[in-house]
Amino acid sequence: MDITQLTIEQAGKGLRNMDFSAQELTRSFLDRIESEDPRINSYITVCEEEAFLQAKKADDLLKKGADLPALTGIPCAIKDIIMVEGVKCTAASKMLENYVASYDAGAVKCLKQQGVVILGKTNLDQFAAGSSGEYSAFGKTLNPRDETRIPGGSSSGSAASVAADLCVFSLGSDTGGSVRLPASFCGVTGFKPSYGAVSRSGLMAMASSLDQIGILAKSAMDAETVFKAISQKDGLDSTSVVVPEIKGKDVSKLKIGVPGEYFVKGMDPEVEKTIRDSIRRFEGMGAEVQEISLPHTKYALAAYYIIMPSELSANLARFDGIKYGFSKESDPGTKTLLDVYLKTRQEGFGEEIRRRIMLGTYSLSAGYYDAYYLKAQKVRTLVRQDFSRAFESVDLIMSPTSPTFPFKFGEKEDDPVLMYLSDIFTISANLAGLPAISVPAAKPGSLPVGLQIMGKPLGDFAVLSAAKKFEETWKK
Amino acid sequence: MISKEEVKRVAGLARLGLSDEEIEKFRKDLSSILDYINQLKELDVSGVEPTTHSVFLENILREDEPGKPDSERAGRLLSAAPANQERYVKVKAIF
Repeated sequence: MDITQLTIEQAGKGLRNMDFSAQELTRSFLDRIESEDPRINSYITVCEEEAFLQAKKADDLLKKGADLPALTGIPCAIKDIIMVEGVKCTAASKMLENYVASYDAGAVKCLKQQGVVILGKTNLDQFAAGSSGEYSAFGKTLNPRDETRIPGGSSSGSAASVAADLCVFSLGSDTGGSVRLPASFCGVTGFKPSYGAVSRSGLMAMASSLDQIGILAKSAMDAETVFKAISQKDGLDSTSVVVPEIKGKDVSKLKIGVPGEYFVKGMDPEVEKTIRDSIRRFEGMGAEVQEISLPHTKYALAAYYIIMPSELSANLARFDGIKYGFSKESDPGTKTLLDVYLKTRQEGFGEEIRRRIMLGTYSLSAGYYDAYYLKAQKVRTLVRQDFSRAFESVDLIMSPTSPTFPFKFGEKEDDPVLMYLSDIFTISANLAGLPAISVPAAKPGSLPVGLQIMGKPLGDFAVLSAAKKFEETWKK
Repeated sequence: MISKEEVKRVAGLARLGLSDEEIEKFRKDLSSILDYINQLKELDVSGVEPTTHSVFLENILREDEPGKPDSERAGRLLSAAPANQERYVKVKAIF
């Protein structure tokens, strides 16, 4: 077996048994990146030199044979909107094409403490705004399972790099489904923890009340291992929380809710069948499945497309061509400070970002605030209440991650509303701050389908443990 | 359909330069997105409290003491600015 195909668990064993060294493992990944990634385009920056230094350090520790953390020597990749000190952080935008991060993100600090090897920074939809991976200023990423199809976004490179064995695991970010959707489309596991479970320090802000760093991995077990490493209360993020490590109920005692609103007209019948079959596997393990209702589901996407752009427009106001990044300051055509702002932002931001800035500014502007932003926040309350009510009678909620298979390139690129509908099943978990995971549900070799498992707020470990149980049914 | 003037007004507030074609394009895009969003109008939210954050927030306090000056870091931050002079960030005149 090629060592680039190993999970964290398997690679960790290999490293401890001295079957291979961290430097050999790193070399294998870098060779594979060199041969495969010019086509797949999952990385924006590859950190060969730093990766070897980290691998050498890990090997020194491994030789001493001390009791080491699970991630020592494990090669990983980081979405290029999460900062790694001294490495370029572009957000896949011309605006930050040459920007070098001045500090480590909270999650990256945690990974470095465990002794990981950081192979590089992965591609994304510019500033994490997109559902397909087509909105990167550095070219689209291909879906390794079917290269004519989109990998899903916005953590497109993070999902594709795991699926193509170009890293063992990766970090992504999820504001409305940006970890789960590409995980579902690329046939890997994608976990979005509860809001606040992973520090947002060093994650470039898109929509602050929704943003959450998440994990893309080859198994639910791996996702849990990484989650344990990066989840912390951080003084640099006032919204960070401690997640209690409570194991979920035994699967035979689980009550699973299946929301009728998540099986909609127009959904791919093959996707629906795969998800229904997957939920039946839990019944086979003794779980009780019941139909539930989340009545405000149909309004969640509309509320999201007010709240997210509003927060995005405020957060991206900082990119003005003055402090860092792309600038028209020295352009002979710019005469005044206002010219610099207007031209820098016109040229530096991609089209989708500008569309969202416009939408957000519109909903926040005088005369529209009550009708749009405030109303959307009230709808957000209704969406949360739907979940609280449902969780009085069930432990977990299961649904498809996406109503369709990954679509073809260009299919939705020019129709914003059609593109936004890709997130229809994932955004509610962000509005309510819930933990949610997408696990591969289709037979290996067929087009990927993701089963989404959502849990109670801070019930991250219950979600992970159900995902692990589901994985085990594949081995039987 | 929202008007051209409305698009220009919003672009001005957002400090976003737009070409004539872009104004037309965003006019169409924003209108179709707003049409979708306007389905919220059928929902009665009277008496519902708004949610700003999904988690319970509490203040985190620290001692109000100045940090140690870090001139190396300050230098790195300054050099990230597109234009600077001595230890200042340089900008164009307002008028």
